[in-house]
Amino acid sequence: MTARTALTSPRLASILRAREAGTAVLVLVVFAAATLKDHNFADAGSVQQLLTGASLIALLGVGETLVIVTRNVDLSVGSVLGLCAFTVGDLFRHQHIPVWSGFVIAVALGAAVGAINGLITTVARVPSLVVTLAMLYIVRGVDAKLVSGSIVLPSQVPSAFAAVGYRTILGIPWLAIIVAVVVAAVAYAMRSFRSGRELYAIGSNPEAATLAGVPSGRRVFMAFVTSGALAGLGGALFLALFAQVDNSAGIGYELNVIAAVVVGGVAIFGGSGTVVGAALGALLLNTIQQALVAVRSSSFWNEAIAGALLLAAIAFDRWLALRVARGLRTAQGAHRDLSVAAPGSSS
Amino acid sequence: MKRINNARAQRRQALRRQALRRQATVIFAAVLAGSVIAACSSSASSSPPGGSTTSSSTASPSSTGAKKGLVVYYIPKDTQNPYEVLADKGGERALSELGGKVVVSSGTVDTAAAQIPSIQAAIQAHANAIVIAGNDAKALCPSLNQAAQQGIKILSFDSDVDCGAAPDHLFINQADTQTIGTSEVDILAKEINSSGQIAILSAAASATNQNSWIVYMKQELQKYPNMKLVKIVYGNDDPATSLTVLQGLLSAYPNLRGIISPTTVGIQAAAQYLNTHKSLLSKLVLTGLGLPSQMKPYVLDGTVKEFELWNPSNLGYLAGYAAAALASGTTTLSTDSTFTAGTLGSYKVLAPAGGTGPSVVLGPPTVFDKANVASFNF
Amino acid sequence: MSSEIAPPAADTQAPERGQPPEAAPRPPWWHTALRWETGLVVVLIAALLFGSSESATFTSPITLFYAGINVGYIAIMALPMTLIVVTGEIDLSVASMLGMSGALLGNLWHHGWPIWPAMLLALAAGVLGGALNGLLVTRLGLPSIAVTIGTLTLFRGGAEILLGSQTIPLASDRPFPAWLTKIGVVPVSGTELSYTTVIFIVLAIACGVVLHATPLGRAMFATGLQPEAARFAGIRVARVKFWLYVFSGIVCAFAGILLTAQNSSVSYNAGFGLELNVVAIVLLGGVSIFGGRGTIPGVVLSVAIVGSLQMALTQMNIDPNVQQIVIGGLLLISVVIPGLGRAARWRGPSGHKPPWALSKRHRL
Repeated sequence: MTARTALTSPRLASILRAREAGTAVLVLVVFAAATLKDHNFADAGSVQQLLTGASLIALLGVGETLVIVTRNVDLSVGSVLGLCAFTVGDLFRHQHIPVWSGFVIAVALGAAVGAINGLITTVARVPSLVVTLAMLYIVRGVDAKLVSGSIVLPSQVPSAFAAVGYRTILGIPWLAIIVAVVVAAVAYAMRSFRSGRELYAIGSNPEAATLAGVPSGRRVFMAFVTSGALAGLGGALFLALFAQVDNSAGIGYELNVIAAVVVGGVAIFGGSGTVVGAALGALLLNTIQQALVAVRSSSFWNEAIAGALLLAAIAFDRWLALRVARGLRTAQGAHRDLSVAAPGSSS
Repeated sequence: MKRINNARAQRRQALRRQALRRQATVIFAAVLAGSVIAACSSSASSSPPGGSTTSSSTASPSSTGAKKGLVVYYIPKDTQNPYEVLADKGGERALSELGGKVVVSSGTVDTAAAQIPSIQAAIQAHANAIVIAGNDAKALCPSLNQAAQQGIKILSFDSDVDCGAAPDHLFINQADTQTIGTSEVDILAKEINSSGQIAILSAAASATNQNSWIVYMKQELQKYPNMKLVKIVYGNDDPATSLTVLQGLLSAYPNLRGIISPTTVGIQAAAQYLNTHKSLLSKLVLTGLGLPSQMKPYVLDGTVKEFELWNPSNLGYLAGYAAAALASGTTTLSTDSTFTAGTLGSYKVLAPAGGTGPSVVLGPPTVFDKANVASFNF
Repeated sequence: MSSEIAPPAADTQAPERGQPPEAAPRPPWWHTALRWETGLVVVLIAALLFGSSESATFTSPITLFYAGINVGYIAIMALPMTLIVVTGEIDLSVASMLGMSGALLGNLWHHGWPIWPAMLLALAAGVLGGALNGLLVTRLGLPSIAVTIGTLTLFRGGAEILLGSQTIPLASDRPFPAWLTKIGVVPVSGTELSYTTVIFIVLAIACGVVLHATPLGRAMFATGLQPEAARFAGIRVARVKFWLYVFSGIVCAFAGILLTAQNSSVSYNAGFGLELNVVAIVLLGGVSIFGGRGTIPGVVLSVAIVGSLQMALTQMNIDPNVQQIVIGGLLLISVVIPGLGRAARWRGPSGHKPPWALSKRHRL
């Protein structure tokens, strides 16, 4: 199933679109249920927290989607986030760099690590799971060595930078707006630029993509660079949001990001899924966590419920994919019958 | 026939080439791995932590009665918690005054599994004493007991371990456990007029010290019938987690009046959040245990009125002297035995009570507020 | 047209397309010797030399005991993981299974259960958890990496529900029986090996025999290399994978009991975050993440390398973060060098899939 067929057949396109819509509907359902139980859940402050809490994972999810769509995985995103967060914080307190350069440096550093991941994956032909797992350990160790007991404190972060973490515009947090803009931009690129659609081709059938002339190596490399760059941006936003960084920043995020992305409808074997879905998946998981708190359930149940939900999402995706495949087969079958019945007509 | 022979020969050649390449690859990999290890070892051997004097087994008693050349292993909760780092430095100060040495060893995460290798290293290095801040009340006991059987004196500080008599150990308590718990509640009660919902933002759910303070907090709350503890949330001593659970708390309990955060990481995260959401300050009061250097900006601008702590460096210093005294035999674990702790003066071993073994208390906690917060450098 | 399936675990290449299939010529003796495992032996020797030269206490026999305590329970989990990865799947829920079974044991003990029924029930929990993984992967055909991330979270949640914030045994509980907790304190009598080391060796021999010397093992390799062909060849792929997941569940539950016994206690965060450590050990051991290649001796060597490096670095009091960098670097080097060698040989799309693909199995 190539990207071309998926996007041009109207019936399939509507089913795929339904996946993201389904996630969005689930978010609203959970939100409504929690609000019924506790009216304050729909408060402005609470909604702001919902958006802010999901922002970092959603941002990392965008980059992770690009990588997963090409049938790879990036396990180093959490560690990269931590490294960039600390590096920028450290530069703020020792070198007093201007606020805007904090973002630039974070993105550049993240992109550099992503480039290493991409290079090793494409040139040295190493499975991405192994490369990014190794980078996870290396980056985490380097980050912790840099931190070494002198964590970055809120007093050392310029207030203009930290403002990004909590200011709102018309009630919507800046953080959420930044992430939404990134999601929209990447979604547009995936849809409308050939390089974006080629990512889907690579993930659906790598050999066919290469034979069809897609520069797979370059595309996969760029996917990793983007994932790293977005993880770096996430690091800068982490610093702005918490105004404090120690060596535990970002640890464990990678599995949360993959979970969010899978819940959002991105197939783990590549070839389908959108960044909008991934962002919605992150929002859904966060909404459920906050809803559980709001309905006063014991915090010890959160993990179990999140796990059950993840399994349900994966199973649902599989069911959906089977339906799509059946629909494809039926469509092709009908086509074939037609051409057999009317030998003169073109198929 | 000829074609097949050529094919066979070709294959043999291809295999040989492949094998050669594999051989080169393997050897190259091994050499590279070896050089990486060598590089790391050369950088490692040039930077040992702790004091500079060497330890000798034939130690001679100094004027204070403590032997010279003692080696004490400090095993904090992890190697980067700023509070622990200050305490370890205090210990280094103490041992260097005594002509001994401190080795700081721990893991990167707050688990028992990360501390056990450090205990093993202390045993193998024939350390004279171990001063440990336990990540877990019980999981460290088997290893600590092994160390005690080798003659190593066991002390705990900051976060006690619960091992009964296996091994016997001395707990260097920062302040009387009950006093910490009750004073926290009293400070908050004063600020919220003794009425309203309150919550606790703690560290790891398994942390011995926080859990023991919380027991006394709950007890003290019985004195204030109009104050209700609605929830305890666990931030795991991680700023991001602390902030997340705090936000959950605030959304679940919009009428929350007070928060006690008996951990320097938690109170810092909460203060930062309140600082950027000043509208909450009209009805929410924050207190807890915090480092004055970290909390200064928040106190000066009114986000937090009062909080308390003690000097962690003094805690480590006291623990160092206690370790030296035990290892030298100039004091024992029996109640009322005494020892001097350098510039801090003389201390007495207290009797076991309420599940805790023999302990030494550093002193009462200091309450910090606008008037005095700027005069401390820790 | 030749379409020979490459013989499992052999290093010979498939014959070139168009050539008549023929018996591969017997490789020279040093060819067999120069495999991944040889490189691992060299690295292990280097690590041991490094340890003994840099740390005075490395060569004392108790180091072996300590290494067994620290790495033993992780190494035990690596064995079923190896088998699962060889079949082309993965199990990321191993550490959480360890945590949940330990938590169940603690919870039952706290409620006064005798030790043997409590341990049996903890093992049963492992069977159920493994069966859940197996069903989701084989019956529903869900991708194992996603499923096991889900069960990882689920089991971790189970551990939290069972134990909350308590550490068992509480002051009011009985301590765990001494015959059980002594495994954390004394080695097996007559040796310096910890009980976990001995259990690991026994399990490794069992897994090694199964994987390398039985039809079942060959079936696992075949499943990993070419699942469709394996299915057509009569291998019950689904059944093999299902029971491997159950095996993993029970072994990890057993490891959870061992860890509880070793520590004489259990709390809700036991084994937290170790799953990637297990994967790293397996990958370092030469097991291909795509499946179809790998050996148990390789994984045993990898365990030895990681264990001795950790002991050496801790004894030298090197920053624990440096240890992480070394492990990550070792893993990276171990796959990059052969990868570069492969890249030099790669001649283009001739039926080989581009090796950066995560997996060639796409279950639609």
